[in-house]
Amino acid sequence: MSYEIPNNVDLDTDPQLKRALATWQPQYLEWWREAGPQNYDTSRIYLRTAVGITAEGWAHYDYVRMPEYRWGIFLAPPVKRKIGFGDHPDEEPWQQVPGEYRKELRRVIVTQGDTEPASVEQNHHLATTAPSLYDLRNLFQLEVEEGRHLWAMAYLLHRYFGRDGREEADELLFRRSGDADHPRILHAFNAPVRDWVDYYCFGMFADRDGKYQLAALAESALDPLSRTTRFMLTEEAFHMFVGETGIQRIVRRTAEVMRQSGRSDVFELGAIPLEIVQKYVNNWYSESLDLFGSEDSSNAAAYFAAGLKGRYQESALATDHRALDGVYEMKMPGGGEEQIPLRRAMNALLRDAYVQDCTRGLKRWNKELEERGVEYRLALPDIAFNRKVGLYAGLTCTPEGKLISAEEYEQGRKLWLVTEDERARVAALMKPVFEPGKFAGWIAPPPRGVNNQPLDYRYVQFA
Amino acid sequence: MDEISFETHPSRYRHLKFEAGADRAQLTLKVEETGGLRPNYLLKLNSYDLSVDIELADAVNRLRFEHPGVSVVTITGAIDGIFCAGANIFMLASSGHGFKVNFCKFTNETRLAIEEASAESGQRYVAALNGTTSGGGYELALACDEILLVDDRRSVVSLPELPFLGVLPGTGGLTRMVDKRKVRRDLADVFSTLAEGVRGERAVKWGLVDALLARSRFNELLEKRINELVACAEPGRAGRSGVVLDALEPSSTEDEIRYRHLTLKLDRRRRLAELLVAGPERVEPIPEHSTALSADWYPLRLFREIDDALLRLRFNYPEIGVVLVRSSGDLRRVLELERAVYERRNDYFVKETLLLIKRALKRMDLTAKSFFTLVEPDSCFGGFLFELALASDRCYMSTGRAAQIATGLLNRGALPMGNGLSRLRTRFLGQPDYADRLASERVYNAEEAFEAGLVTAIPDELDWEGEIRLAVDERLSLSPDGLTGMEANLRFPGPETMETKIFARLSAWQNWIFQRPNAVGPRGALKLYGQPERPEFDWART
Repeated sequence: MSYEIPNNVDLDTDPQLKRALATWQPQYLEWWREAGPQNYDTSRIYLRTAVGITAEGWAHYDYVRMPEYRWGIFLAPPVKRKIGFGDHPDEEPWQQVPGEYRKELRRVIVTQGDTEPASVEQNHHLATTAPSLYDLRNLFQLEVEEGRHLWAMAYLLHRYFGRDGREEADELLFRRSGDADHPRILHAFNAPVRDWVDYYCFGMFADRDGKYQLAALAESALDPLSRTTRFMLTEEAFHMFVGETGIQRIVRRTAEVMRQSGRSDVFELGAIPLEIVQKYVNNWYSESLDLFGSEDSSNAAAYFAAGLKGRYQESALATDHRALDGVYEMKMPGGGEEQIPLRRAMNALLRDAYVQDCTRGLKRWNKELEERGVEYRLALPDIAFNRKVGLYAGLTCTPEGKLISAEEYEQGRKLWLVTEDERARVAALMKPVFEPGKFAGWIAPPPRGVNNQPLDYRYVQFA
Repeated sequence: MDEISFETHPSRYRHLKFEAGADRAQLTLKVEETGGLRPNYLLKLNSYDLSVDIELADAVNRLRFEHPGVSVVTITGAIDGIFCAGANIFMLASSGHGFKVNFCKFTNETRLAIEEASAESGQRYVAALNGTTSGGGYELALACDEILLVDDRRSVVSLPELPFLGVLPGTGGLTRMVDKRKVRRDLADVFSTLAEGVRGERAVKWGLVDALLARSRFNELLEKRINELVACAEPGRAGRSGVVLDALEPSSTEDEIRYRHLTLKLDRRRRLAELLVAGPERVEPIPEHSTALSADWYPLRLFREIDDALLRLRFNYPEIGVVLVRSSGDLRRVLELERAVYERRNDYFVKETLLLIKRALKRMDLTAKSFFTLVEPDSCFGGFLFELALASDRCYMSTGRAAQIATGLLNRGALPMGNGLSRLRTRFLGQPDYADRLASERVYNAEEAFEAGLVTAIPDELDWEGEIRLAVDERLSLSPDGLTGMEANLRFPGPETMETKIFARLSAWQNWIFQRPNAVGPRGALKLYGQPERPEFDWART
């Protein structure tokens, strides 16, 4: 079996792991057939496959049928490092799971692992309405990589957590996004991704949360977890690229249509109005902020203390890596602030780095508008807006962060979040475009193709 | 802290939704985060403090008196994905030792009341775990007859106290798991150290829950099961009318809490309290429809008052060391009432009243104060009221004119202790036949009572005041911890039951662990839970 699984973890010489994966792999393929992109199993897709960890190795392009994709197990090359934060600073990183942190590590890995297959499930039906072969190919690329990330987490569970880990790896394949009986663990990963605007927003905001979670785990004292997530980060960048440039291309297209027509309600002209894009942003940004967990979290403190999850780029931060002193000041809408001991505020700190990153993305979108002489600007809603998790949960405030009554909020929802009517109008635009080099009318073509191929390259060869 | 009141009413609940129908009831936990007793913690994730448990205790009691038609009570949670996270850790970590112990004791008593309601009153409890259930939440479930867990591949049951906090489940969880549910000890061992808990099929297989309910059909499957259980109730039960429990609303001053039939006097300087019981003013026959007696019925009202006073003594007056139990009234009238109660003991309302008396007396058995009963010339300790003397650590009886006590048929077994025995049988552990012979109606003067072994000492009239004062002062000078331990050892001879085990383990182990630096020292696990630092243990096993 192992000859089919590209890896750099000596799979051949590890009987325990071989046994585990021998039963897990068929289940995984079954999951893929059930939950993955349907009806494209026999199509040949121009995909990037990671076959090694060198620069050439992880960007190997070729036509592949997705079920034959070589999902591999890769750890970034070992680097000389010490545990960089928490209660064990400057100790050697762990090569095995310490018993005292088993439960915390298991929870962190299961929670992260659960998100990977979820997005494949959420995108299940999108292929049938892809705006171009380029976008369809990127969707598939993203899905096989989410699948590989699932492999990465399943590997850790199999390799380091015994029978319990194997069962958890099975459960990762059993839960289903949005399932009435067995939903995924985190809310945003059960939210339906109903159209391509959802999908791009998901890539921009939810996958970006993934980047920050992985970055925090890349600092981990458990070396295999650190190495796994470092390698995953290289792939995650592409997911965010898809999301961010997807919305950027929508915005560009809308701006062009607005300029040409002189109108802002561009639905009738086959484009997506900027107000609608803003509503999608409001929805997915707030949903993704919830993924960071509560701003004041004893779990986060425990993970930091144990050295399991650091801050963003912890080892590069010129700061006190024990974080025992100091407080995080959390601004509350309507004035006032909550003081949170630093270690308990690790989720909030990670989120702050994320918010800055999102802000940069927004700037690039707005530049498209500026360059095309459109006055409208997209904005991130206030971090307290529409929250269901953490200290802002249940507060009712406007996207600008102004506290309002529950009644006012109920009334405002239709102004701030996508309504069913608007979704229906977006859905009406979602017609597939499968002719090489052609793009749907609601989205602009990208500046360049994949792997320096031309835009009219046949990225997907239908069977 | 303000004095705690144990009186509440469903209309004032903040944490519990109380819905009672003709044949079934539902208690839904929706704990108000900011509704705790003290402001320095938030009751997140349906975690509880005493304020939640006071409502639960009230609900369980009211269901028995006010809704006797109910045969199935469902306890569930109103937060998505969470049933109950157990006792609030920040509340525990910021509470003094005495409060923690009393809190655990009270929650235990409520869990036992649930089990008693099932065994004696035909109200079966179903724990419908709609989400993750940990610690005290699972212990609450363990007190129910059936545990049904949502099957969503996420929700677990767990007892994470040891791995997370370095302490034990404080509400009988370990004992109930192996004693009541008969979970295998090695599996129980794994479960009790597995912070993340057990879910799904394994939870069923290990005997931790009875069945799984699919998430999408949770309510439907639950209702089906409730219907099945309701169908098992005795015919004619549904819709039976009960008795509304009115508020006790005692009037209180600095040194006195005055109820209708009971006065609690407090001498804080001496650390001495007095429970003064007033006998019944008249005895009416128990009517055909006994509920016509209403909550005004003397024995019910009196023992509700005693129960309330005991709880106040425990929580609000921790420094009171000795409680004198006195009574005044017509002993003959008490015996008349005793006979009437005994004759109608199988009537639903009379039986519920007896069960309430039983619980109040058990509350006294478990109260960490020294109780001395004083039998004086106008005392009326007869039959069920004589149980107060039997529950006391000592009983002094005056030889003065007309001081009398009386035994009655209710002393035979209608009001058993936690060990399952009557107080007389426990008192004369080696002579069960003698104990049963005593348990019939008879009036004793001091010499007769002393001879029969029913009282501790009979100082004569001239010595009375001096002897009592000396005995009390001497008692008050002893170590309170030593006394608590001694009394707990001496009060419960005889067989072990699940109940005695729960309290004994709580006193011996949990209270020990609660005191140890590994839990509550500056680097202890309980102290540091949720804090940025990790605990440091003294690794020596004791």
